[in-house]
Amino acid sequence: MMYSEKVLDHFSNPRNVGEIEDADGVGEVGNAKCGDIMKMYLKIDNGIISDVKFKTYGCGAAVATSSMATELIKGKPVSDALSLTNKAVVEALDGLPQVKLHCSVLAEQAIKSALSDYYTRQGIDPLPIVGEIKDED
Amino acid sequence: MEKRFIYADNAATTRVSDKVLEAMLPYFTKAYGNASSIYRLGRDAQRDVELARQKVAAAIGAEPTEIYFTSCGSESDNWAIKGIAEQQALKGKRHIITSVFEHHAVLHTCQYLEKKGFEVTYVPVNDKGFVDPADIQRAIRRDTALVTIMYANNEIGTIQPIGEIAAVCREMGVIFHTDAVQAVGHVEIDVKKQGIDLLSLSGHKIHAQKGIGALYVRRGITLPNFIHGGAQERNKRAGTENVPAIVGLGVAIEEAVKDIRGRSERITEKRNRLIDGILKIPYTRLNGDRDKRLPGNLNISVEGVEGESLLLMLDMNGICASSGSACTSGSLDPSHVLLSIGLKHEVAHGSLRLSIEEDITDDDVDYILEVIPKVVERLREMSPVWEKMMKGEEIV
Repeated sequence: MMYSEKVLDHFSNPRNVGEIEDADGVGEVGNAKCGDIMKMYLKIDNGIISDVKFKTYGCGAAVATSSMATELIKGKPVSDALSLTNKAVVEALDGLPQVKLHCSVLAEQAIKSALSDYYTRQGIDPLPIVGEIKDED
Repeated sequence: MEKRFIYADNAATTRVSDKVLEAMLPYFTKAYGNASSIYRLGRDAQRDVELARQKVAAAIGAEPTEIYFTSCGSESDNWAIKGIAEQQALKGKRHIITSVFEHHAVLHTCQYLEKKGFEVTYVPVNDKGFVDPADIQRAIRRDTALVTIMYANNEIGTIQPIGEIAAVCREMGVIFHTDAVQAVGHVEIDVKKQGIDLLSLSGHKIHAQKGIGALYVRRGITLPNFIHGGAQERNKRAGTENVPAIVGLGVAIEEAVKDIRGRSERITEKRNRLIDGILKIPYTRLNGDRDKRLPGNLNISVEGVEGESLLLMLDMNGICASSGSACTSGSLDPSHVLLSIGLKHEVAHGSLRLSIEEDITDDDVDYILEVIPKVVERLREMSPVWEKMMKGEEIV
């Protein structure tokens, strides 16, 4: 199985690892039984994702897609995060092996799950904005 | 700490030894004759193939006429199981017994036969990774065609009570095959004393090249021909002999069984040092029995960490290892071997297999024991599973 250099780079030097204590939204997807869990923390100021951190249990692709997903939304408006697709994550990583594509879906869903939490905390129903979260792969 | 390169995945494959390579080389450009040809070049090839056959036979206590060269261990397994099944079906015997934690070359062959109308009993293994001969005895029926149980498990290294299982089969009049791909060259095997009817072995696990294996078939056992179209391997497996590979296998197996006890002791000592060192990491467990396992095998589960990321981190530190995680198998389920000994999915995902050989130095062992705790700590720091474990939360 071949990982691109970008995947290996994001795996060995993952960006934005950690937690945000006063996060405005936290989301977690996946399960240990299947071997992947991603947890995302978002800090949102005036509609901008001012900070994002993640923790991931999973394979190389799971770590790399989490890392890349955080890079793609950091400093961007919430609307950009809402429209982030797994395909964009895969492209930014110069591709993923077929059997690892589900990791990119999980990364997309992790961000959506954190955004859902953000809206819920604001007293806004997240479903019409974020859609359903598929939290298992 | 200076980065090293350590190959600790000898259960996956081995380096071709210098001695094997040297023995093989003349057969590519000088002694390249077809072993079926009448002239000298061919006769020489024929002679050297037979010499290699004698070496393979001697290594496992068989007669040369009981050894058939194949292309790999999987082919040997396929031939033995499908062949015996086909033969025994003629007598109305369409039941096969195997274990739940066999190599896929055996399991998938059995599943194929199920589709063809055979019935297969998969006996369980206990939490230490052993088949109970009493389970085999209970499973044998009047229509049992074959019992096939691996000699040593490829992932957790546990050595099965092959002599006892063979004795049960002999007593009940059932043919017994063993996949000994991981065992040959690591444990002493004597097919006659142990009562083994068929045995599969592979070259590339014992420092021969990839693409060569052998099947032992006890005299008196009828096995249908596997490849039609030539007189090679006494008409049973047609195809021009792969002379260099066969010669290489002969040399490799001769070397592998030489001083097997002394070598085993020396490797076991280093392996135990690795086991003790790695088990100092909290929330780790050894999979499989500590003593009745292959000398070079260790398999440890590291909780809160996923196996593939562990392997990638080790690779970045120059260590080649293996894992039973789902991510390394390309499916969502972790290794069937680890699940068969009762591991939970999330524990099986974090497994690490090292398979070492004599070339590993004490400094290599020290290096591995320095790298693994660091890598585990790093992965646990970013693991939400580990975070939950430390908070005492339930892991779903």
